[in-house]
Amino acid sequence: MEAVDDDLNRAMMLDGNAVAGRFFALFGAEMTANLTECASCGQDHMMGALHAFTHAPGVVLRCPSCEAVMFRLVETPRGIYFDARGAAFVRIER
Amino acid sequence: MNRPLQWQIATIAAIRPETPGVKTFTLDLPDWMPHRPGQHYDLRLRAVDGYEAQRSYSIASAPETKGQVQLTIERINDGEVSGFLHDVAVAGDRIEVRGPIGGYFVWEVPLGGPLMLIAGGSGVVPLMAMLRHRAAAGSQVPARLLFSARSYDDLIFREELDRLGADGSGLEVVYTLTRSQPSGWRGYGRRIDPAMLATVAGPLGRTPLCFICGPTLLVEAAANGLAEIGVPVSRIRTERFGPSGS
Amino acid sequence: MADDFVTRGFVGRRQITSAANTQRIPPGQHEVKDFPVLSAGPTPRVPLDRWSFSIEGFVREKVSWTWDEFLKLPARQFTVDIHCVTTWSKLDTRWTGVSVDTLLEHVDLDPRAAFVTAYTIEGYTTNMPLPDILNGRAFVAYEYDGLPLAPAHGGPARLVVPHLYFWKSAKWVTGLRLMDKDRSGFWESAGYNNHGDPWKEQRYTGD
Repeated sequence: MEAVDDDLNRAMMLDGNAVAGRFFALFGAEMTANLTECASCGQDHMMGALHAFTHAPGVVLRCPSCEAVMFRLVETPRGIYFDARGAAFVRIER
Repeated sequence: MNRPLQWQIATIAAIRPETPGVKTFTLDLPDWMPHRPGQHYDLRLRAVDGYEAQRSYSIASAPETKGQVQLTIERINDGEVSGFLHDVAVAGDRIEVRGPIGGYFVWEVPLGGPLMLIAGGSGVVPLMAMLRHRAAAGSQVPARLLFSARSYDDLIFREELDRLGADGSGLEVVYTLTRSQPSGWRGYGRRIDPAMLATVAGPLGRTPLCFICGPTLLVEAAANGLAEIGVPVSRIRTERFGPSGS
Repeated sequence: MADDFVTRGFVGRRQITSAANTQRIPPGQHEVKDFPVLSAGPTPRVPLDRWSFSIEGFVREKVSWTWDEFLKLPARQFTVDIHCVTTWSKLDTRWTGVSVDTLLEHVDLDPRAAFVTAYTIEGYTTNMPLPDILNGRAFVAYEYDGLPLAPAHGGPARLVVPHLYFWKSAKWVTGLRLMDKDRSGFWESAGYNNHGDPWKEQRYTGD
């Protein structure tokens, strides 16, 4: 996982912790400690560890292993679009 | 544990400068609940015409401090929310907050240790909540804090950290100053690297619980460094903050 | 009750637009003087010797240019206003690049070509009806404000379609695919409007 010093977009990258509040509002529970699997590379990560790009028209969460897009979250006046096609599953602990 | 997450209106009880660019805001919360050290509150500002800005700020205080939370916030250049908090807000003002939030980057005494904490700049804030909680609980869990800052004056909470590191509870605090060091400085003067991590984390054994918080580049260097010296990746948790003030 | 709460003293960082310019700001937008950087991911890196730009799909034959070939195409300066769906607008941005009309002169469009998808090196896509990129409405830019386009802003080259919300101006663009059917791109399939006209405030799906 190489970090390039002059990559402004990477320097502004956050992680799933930054959208913990939005996840809570969506799922009604803490989500950052829940495990999710990347549909692209099969690696498992906790939601809090996903790479988050929040300076965008929506929030994009990417796999820390392969950078594939796992989730997109867009808040519109009519509702929240939660696109999870990049995730194989999320395991929600009781 | 399921509970609704609602916005509430907090009152700023006090504002205290910590370092030239950092202030601690003590908030009275009508719906206070004990937080888990490492959690944060979302804070929202709304203008008369409905324009809103919202940010997340880590809780600096321990859950043992009841009824109030302390948010220690760095002023970001051109920061819309941090700029407002530093330049306009005064004690007595009311602010909307929501929380506490977070379940991944949290530590409490029952989770055990040893504990390796690595902070870059204002990334020390959630780790401070962990250390204050550790002290309030009288814990002797072996712990190390490696705190990277640009200069001596940028070491947020330095006096309190020096006290905690000398109280005999098994905590050692190590600073590294990356841009300038005061004359006579005998501590580290460079960015975190595997050699530094090996020295600082070494006494904690092979599998400490590690929490790293700060700007993305520091977080990645520290996480990679820990992995390089043999710490299992499953024992490393990270929280990235946005780029720092200047 | 919390919905009515107003924070004392907070006005936000919005620029006051001069009276002469207010007509240039679409509804719900505010003017900025800086150039915010938005991205759905890390900056992709493409060495110029491996960069290419293609036009493919419903064309008789796919056409590609290397970087050196692309720079030899007739280029001009474009000064345009741009509008991001996240509500900032920037007036009089200056770019240098090649008009999409110029690029399309090098291909034979299939008569069934009705839509275009702009695609990029790392998977981002955005879609438009074909007329939205014709007749001077779109260009591929490689300079901004007289300097090579910075990677964070989409360099080496990006699409610029100023009459639509700026997410349609795909950064790091490497080609246009002509299609007979419309296909929603990255943001269009995640809640954003399929067309994205800022003057009709077409921000989200259903607007």
